[in-house]
Amino acid sequence: MLIFVPQESVASESRVAATPQSVKKLIKLGYEVHVQSGAGHAASFPDHMYEEAGATIVDDNGRGWSQANVVIAVNPPRPEHIRLMKPDATLISFIWPAKSRELVELLAKQKVSTLAMDCVPRISRAQKLDALSSMANIAGYRAVIEAAMAFGGFFTGQITAAGKVPPAKVLVIGAGVAGLSAIGTARGLGALVRAFDTRPAVKDQVKSMGAEFLELDFEESGEGAGGYAKEMSPAFIKAEMELFAAQARDVDIIITTALIPGRPAPKLITSDMVRSMKPGSVIVDMAAEQGGNCELTRPGEKYTTEGGVTIIGYSDLPSRLPTQASTLYANNLVNLLADLTPNKDGVIDIDLKDQVIRGTTVTHRGEVTWPPPTISNPSPTPPKPPPTEVAKEKEPGVFAQPIVWGSLLLAGAVLLFTAALYLPATFVAHFTVLVLACFVGWQVVWNVTPALHTPLMSVTNAISGIIVIGGIMQMGQHWYSPSSLLAAVAVLIASINIAGGFLVTQRMLGMFRKQG
Amino acid sequence: MGSLPLIWWLIASVCFIFSLGGLSRHETSRLGNRLGIIGMMLAIIAAFCFKLFPSIGGGAHAIGGIGSGSFILLLSMIGVGGAIGAVLAQRVEMTKMPELVAILHSFVGLAAVLVGLANFGNLHVDGQGGEYYIHLLEIAVGIFIGGITFTGSVVAWGKLNGRFTSKPLIIPNRHWINLAMVATCVVLGLFVMFLNWWVGLFSLILITFISFALGAHLVLAIGGADMPVVVSMLNSYSGWAAAAVGFMLPNDLLIITGALVGSSGAILSYIMCRAMNRSFISVILGGFGGEVAGGAGDDSAVKTYNTTSAEETAEWLANSEEVIIIPGYGMAVAQAQHAIREICELLQKRGVKARFAIHPVAGRLPGHMNVLLAEANVPYDIVLEMEEINEDFPNTGTVLVIGANDIVNPGAQDDPSSPIYGMPVLECWKAQNVVILKRSMATGYSGVDNPLFYKENSWMLFGDAKASVDGILQALRQMNPI
Repeated sequence: MLIFVPQESVASESRVAATPQSVKKLIKLGYEVHVQSGAGHAASFPDHMYEEAGATIVDDNGRGWSQANVVIAVNPPRPEHIRLMKPDATLISFIWPAKSRELVELLAKQKVSTLAMDCVPRISRAQKLDALSSMANIAGYRAVIEAAMAFGGFFTGQITAAGKVPPAKVLVIGAGVAGLSAIGTARGLGALVRAFDTRPAVKDQVKSMGAEFLELDFEESGEGAGGYAKEMSPAFIKAEMELFAAQARDVDIIITTALIPGRPAPKLITSDMVRSMKPGSVIVDMAAEQGGNCELTRPGEKYTTEGGVTIIGYSDLPSRLPTQASTLYANNLVNLLADLTPNKDGVIDIDLKDQVIRGTTVTHRGEVTWPPPTISNPSPTPPKPPPTEVAKEKEPGVFAQPIVWGSLLLAGAVLLFTAALYLPATFVAHFTVLVLACFVGWQVVWNVTPALHTPLMSVTNAISGIIVIGGIMQMGQHWYSPSSLLAAVAVLIASINIAGGFLVTQRMLGMFRKQG
Repeated sequence: MGSLPLIWWLIASVCFIFSLGGLSRHETSRLGNRLGIIGMMLAIIAAFCFKLFPSIGGGAHAIGGIGSGSFILLLSMIGVGGAIGAVLAQRVEMTKMPELVAILHSFVGLAAVLVGLANFGNLHVDGQGGEYYIHLLEIAVGIFIGGITFTGSVVAWGKLNGRFTSKPLIIPNRHWINLAMVATCVVLGLFVMFLNWWVGLFSLILITFISFALGAHLVLAIGGADMPVVVSMLNSYSGWAAAAVGFMLPNDLLIITGALVGSSGAILSYIMCRAMNRSFISVILGGFGGEVAGGAGDDSAVKTYNTTSAEETAEWLANSEEVIIIPGYGMAVAQAQHAIREICELLQKRGVKARFAIHPVAGRLPGHMNVLLAEANVPYDIVLEMEEINEDFPNTGTVLVIGANDIVNPGAQDDPSSPIYGMPVLECWKAQNVVILKRSMATGYSGVDNPLFYKENSWMLFGDAKASVDGILQALRQMNPI
């Protein structure tokens, strides 16, 4: 089948749906690949690199769309391009079906099967396809870079000859993929990072990235379906806003990523808070496209308020890192196509019984198949309550009861004293030696390092060959007496033990060496 | 002159104690082994001296004097035995160490049986009095312990090298059968003590055979992966057998040595049992590993797992700051330790901190993995024990699990319904990525499903362990140097 990679029709878009690397993988899956001339230019993938990877460069955009069996793209295509597509062709790109009903209708009318990269279910198996996560990751990184460019100081604290520089303080609101990525990037630059999220489950992730997790004195979980956040109660929001107001006066940079699916972005940073911020502070509003988390955000714009606070409302952050974004997105596409092409024969098989494929497919054979039947499988599971103490404790065995122990001890003592009355003194002397030797052995062996337990066993093998003494002692005057013969065999096998045990121990110990 | 032997035995005993003491550190371990050899030589020379010159004494029950024929026979036996032992020690592969250890235990057991019978044969008179009865009892006990050790070790050896099935043999009422055998031996022991010599001889031979049957049956009932415990336990038994012989001779050196070995084996068994969170009794009673484990976790959820390739694994390894490798018995089976050492070296050259994590029950013998890695020339200071390294997993980029399963099962910590709940495990899932080299999705020895495989940061690398490791090594070699 033929895959077509068009140049993105949105003017500001620098990403591309295939890289030379991904083209190679697509060809391995059995596909033929056509790339529109100049498609990868903005992402630093010139045409000749695609050609070297095995793709054909086509100049005519229209022919590309009309011949292709599969079109892979980043942004939703224009209606005129869709009309060019063959019936039964497949389109894979971001679609945003909730926002663009007409586009979906048109795709269904054209009998095009559509897989929307923004509809990949959030379950662990589908992570390798999850383009939203890979783009969010990039956006989070870029948000910090944008903030750093707008910020007039160091991120990292330094002690220089000219004086001490404190580290920049960064507040990240919303610890999803983008938020975590922003935390990691800001930490990497040396800033002091604090983070807030309504979902307590992400606390450990935040901490593992090296940020401080801000908490409210308030019991309410913001965990919604599918691992996304949900809207909180008014009391919670009030407490939250107080926290943000306090933080706004203190921090240098605020990065907001708070989104609730299907709703406008919550307004978390009020104009009062912005006014309270130090001049030179930066706000990066990653929710600008959904209306913004900050009241003063202008979507798609970067500007400085009268108070000297720079507010960045870019909605194309991933596209501002085009090479990286294209590479990750192309990998997501290859992973999806690998799932769609189980036989690696270049023939697409859309298996709607597959939960992941079903969720991703928005039109199929002329039908609109969106929204899919709901599946509930939140990805970051809240921490399980610790197992109850009852389950932990083992049934106390019969020996654990003091009364049993006591009577056993008593019986032992009585037995010993009775035995002492009848046993010969020599036996008791030997018994004393045995007990003392056990104590010595107990002390010595506990000190043996676990790494040398195998040599310990082989050396005890060797020294238990001391039984050879018994054989020697039992050897009689005449070698042919039954006892002598038995003793001789005992000596033979005990000697194997002695030589074998010591030599193999020596061999093993010789192998252990220190680094360097 | 009468106490001269006692001094000899004392010197040899001290040598043996220091020999075990030397193993407490790598630096002193070789010295310890040499001390053991010296002690053994002293003991053997002394024994010959006392045999050749009975006037200087040789213990109350030793037969004074020795014929020249006996002397030559003894020397040649020691020579032949020593040669066989030397060849075994040279030839054995390190992966086969458990088998060697097991078979050497059996020799001690058999020697104890033979010495006991020879000792009884040398009595040849009916005696009287407390000391005499006690002596007969000591012979019977020595033969009984020796017999169990002998066949038990032979079966363990067979299970380890695959001659016997590693599945537990479960005979109905087996505990009662064992108990009946022990009871019969007690009765026969009374015969030995209080009836005439011929009845005694017959009873001793019966005890020999019953103890053989008992030893074999006990170990047959224990599953393959419990072998570390069984081998440690038999190590302990072989010590007690030597101690019993010490009582019958009587000879304090044997008693002391036997007690040292006996307590060493007991400690090892205890460590193994603790590492598997099982009581010693439950291991010895056997039968574990046969049952089908109940559903761990909720089976309703579709379990999905990620797969990866050798190339991708190599990339992750090379790009991690810290890597921890967890070897299990599968590494020994696949003989992959040399390739793993090379991977480790390549990673170190790239500045990656690569280390090994050893679970106490990894392998089929306590400390087995350490020996295998040492054989492959891995320095021992990057091979760490579970307690030393468990806290480091959260800072680790990539963990490589090779041929291990139950020792990395998170269910042991958070699933009270899991059969291995409570067992200490290596917390590898706390690392960023875990790559698990495995033949298929089959369960481990305990038959318990491993939730680790379904974690989001777990990646399965299917295939023969050796082939996968070689693939990773190949990919690392082809990577650009930095």
